[in-house]
This record gives sequence, structure tokens and C-alpha cells, in this order.
Amino acid sequence: MSIKGQAYIAGAYEHPTRKAPDSSLAQLHAEVALGALADAGLSIRDVEGYFCAGDAPGMGPMSMVDYLNLKVRHVDATDTGGTSYLIHVAHAAQAIAAGKCDVALVTLAGRPRSEGQATGTAVRPLNPNQPDTAFESPFGPALANMYGMVARRHMHEFGTTSEQLAWIKVAASHHAQYNPNAMLRDVVTVDDVLNSPIIADPLHRLDCCVISDGGGAVIVVRPEIARSLKRPLVKLIGAGESVKGQLGGDVDLTYTGAARSGAAAFQEAGVKPSDIQYASIYDSFTITVLIQLEDLGFCEKGQGGRFVADGNLISGTGKLPFNTDGGGLCNNHPANRGGMTKIIEAVRQLRGEAHPKVQVPDCRLALAQGTGGSLGTRHANATLILERE
Amino acid sequence: MAVKEDALARIANPETKVFWEAAARGRLLLPKCTSCGRFHWYPRRVCPHCASTSIEMHAAKGTGEVYSYSIMRRAKVPYAIAYVRLSEGTTMMTNIVDCAFEDIRVGMPVKLVFKDSAEGYPLPMFTKA
Repeated sequence: MSIKGQAYIAGAYEHPTRKAPDSSLAQLHAEVALGALADAGLSIRDVEGYFCAGDAPGMGPMSMVDYLNLKVRHVDATDTGGTSYLIHVAHAAQAIAAGKCDVALVTLAGRPRSEGQATGTAVRPLNPNQPDTAFESPFGPALANMYGMVARRHMHEFGTTSEQLAWIKVAASHHAQYNPNAMLRDVVTVDDVLNSPIIADPLHRLDCCVISDGGGAVIVVRPEIARSLKRPLVKLIGAGESVKGQLGGDVDLTYTGAARSGAAAFQEAGVKPSDIQYASIYDSFTITVLIQLEDLGFCEKGQGGRFVADGNLISGTGKLPFNTDGGGLCNNHPANRGGMTKIIEAVRQLRGEAHPKVQVPDCRLALAQGTGGSLGTRHANATLILERE
Repeated sequence: MAVKEDALARIANPETKVFWEAAARGRLLLPKCTSCGRFHWYPRRVCPHCASTSIEMHAAKGTGEVYSYSIMRRAKVPYAIAYVRLSEGTTMMTNIVDCAFEDIRVGMPVKLVFKDSAEGYPLPMFTKA
């Protein structure tokens, strides 16, 4: 059974806050839930399915179902880090197709900024029951140096340069200048990126995403319900998910699980990368974007550096407009999990509701790509292909 | 190197105790599958290549080359983390030590050196060969 055309994203909402010292975690989840429901024109009593990941308070979905007093008949708390929410949309479509729910709510929220988390530089704690950590944590793997190793190997194999990586941040900043809620709105240059301090070689501070509070939510519904609402029709036509690790010691940092999630999504959708008019690409670091663009087939493996250079990702001038909200690099990376905002900006583009300066004309086909965990060790990828009907 | 039991308990589990006890004596053991003949990393009792449960531990040659690395500049004391591809063909996460950061390269030959950690157990690290 394919999920193609079985479900629509009827509501999408990104919390405007980027710093929420006076809000609780549950409150942020509730606020984004209500925001997405209002956007769809639905009520909290319409929700039959609830999807959340490890950022939600309490055990799995239970605390938030209780907090919101939802009457659910389907729940799913799959946690694959920042890509969870793309997987939730795909799983919601499966549940809808199977008759398990008609209206599904997916929420994400977090307060890493208010809580002072050293997100990219903190070393993962050692837990002997987690089989990998004893053989890794003592050596100091954080996020920045794990992605640094991915970038270093890419440079070694393919001649990718720091200048090319910097273009990804430059493009994101061109988009963020039009987003009044973006955390970083100043347009930056390649030199600005290269002159920012090194965090973990070869990644500079401006190769890294922001740390922000906030969140977002989407509403996934059955086709009949989508058509009864007053919102533009955003249809899910393909999805894929994958998990890739160290391959038993055959570590290969030159590709990600996006190669598999993307291929599955494109096959289901019956479209190819050159058909995509807008792409939300997970951007925890600049290298995250570059390597996934290759794996998704937007360019040949090893050609990502050339592909992203010279503004090719800037809406209006480049060949592939990406992350027109400013992405995680400039706009928002709530709860250290950038997947939800990737979906939301793709929905805005397909509805024609992106900022006029970055809106892709007559955007009918968009892709959202997520990464969770660490590309340097073990990670999950998910791909959604969305079509405006 | 004397390693206290409580230090071992913080890092080892029943599946990996043999590895860490050998490490405490300055030996790097590598798990090898007797069915498919391949080494794997990290140590486990189920072969990730063929799913056999016939795993033997072998003393590593202690040589390899840097697969990739990164210097964490944002740490109080900057350090070099790396993946080292061992001569046996499997790749492990480690630190490159006793070597100027500027000298580290992808492909650089390295050799094993055990270093005591602050946590009380010795760790397999590598230095320029």
C-alpha cells in the first residue's frame, strides 16, 4: 500500500518565539498544537491521532495527551531526533490510510536556549547499557566535531572547500533577512563565515545552526477532510525513512541515509529531483545540507560543493531555492530539532504563503528532508515529497 | 595500570567486560567473527556483518591510518577526535594524541598508545606512527 495521496497537511504553525524563559515545555507544545489547528480550521476535539518525539515532556505521548485532554485512538512517539516529525507525517498518513485516525496532530517544542544547553559542543554522556557510548564518549564526540569529521572526509575525497560550505550559510542568510521572526537576520558573506571562529575543524561558528527555543506543529488529515477545509491543498505524495550507522566498523562518512530515504520517496511520488521546485534541507550544519543534496540526487556525489556555490540555493537567483525561512542556520532550530520547521516552510511555499521576496512562483512540488542524530555516528533520515493540488 | 572495579563498572557491561579488562592491561582486543572471518567495531557478541554469534577476541596489531578527524577548539582543552581505520580493516573512534594538531592528516599512519583517562580506566588512543 502506498501513502501517495492518502493524506494532506491541512495545518502548519511555527511558534514565533525564539526565546521562551517564561513558558513551560508543555505550554509550548500546547501553543503550537492550537496554532496548527487554528491554521487548519479545526478544533482540539477533532484530533484523533497524536504524534510526538523525545522533546515532549513525560513518557512518550502520554503527558501531552493528558495535558491537552485529547481523545485519541492512535498515538506514535517514534523518536529519531530532529527528523522525527517528517517520519510522524509519513506514519500519520499510514495511520489515516489504515483507518486508524482522520485528523493527526504532530508537535515539537523545546527550550534549549533558555536552559543554556551547549548543544553542539557538549559530549554525549556514557551509558554502559547503550552499546556504542563506552567506545565513543570517552573520546569526546559532540555534534560539532562529529559533523566536522564528515566535512573533513568530504573535503579529502572530493576537494570540497570551506568557501563552498560557506555559500550554504550565505544563501540561508539571504532568506532570513525577510523573516521577522528569524534569530539571525543579517545577510552574511563567504568571508564572514570563514572569518568566524573555528568550533570544530573544519566547521566555523557560522557553519553551525542557531540554538533556539520554540516549536511547531502540523495537522495531517484524510483527503475528504482536507477538501472540506478552506486551506490550499498540500498533498503528501511520497515518503521515505532510513537509519544509517557505522556499518559494523565499515565507517563511511561520504554519504547519509538520505540516499535511501530520498530514493524511496522519489519512487513513491513518481517524480525526480529535477522536478522539485523548492527544497527544505535539514541544516544543523552547512555540511548537513551539502551531503544530503548529493544523496537526494540534486547533483552527483562529490559535486555538492560546486552545486551550492555562487548562490545556487538562493530563491529567485539560484537553481534550487532552499530553506526560504532562513532554516536552522539563521531562523530557528527549536528543541535542537530542525525537522518540523522544514515541513512548515515547505507547506508555506506550496500554499504561496512564503515571504514574497523568497516565494517560488507557482510552487507545486516541494521536498522536505530531515536528519536526526549525528551524521558522524548513527542517524536517521526522512524525506517527504509534497504537492499542491 | 591498576583499574578499580567501580571505574570498570562505569564503562563496561557484561558483553564488553572482557574488552575493558584487557584494556586495563594495555591490550586492545578486536572482535572477529569465526563464521565470516571479519573484524567489527565496536565490540559485540553478534556479528554485525553476518549475524553469527561466534565471536572471538584477537589482539590488535595496533596500527592503522586516520580516516577522518576534527579538532574541538571550543573545549577548555582542545582535543583531536578521529576515526582510525585499523590494519585489520575495521574503523574505531579514538583520539589522536602526542602530536601537533597541525600535523594530523587524513591518511596519516598511526600507532596505538594507551592513555589513562580522568575516569579511571585506560583508553586506546593513537599517535603518529
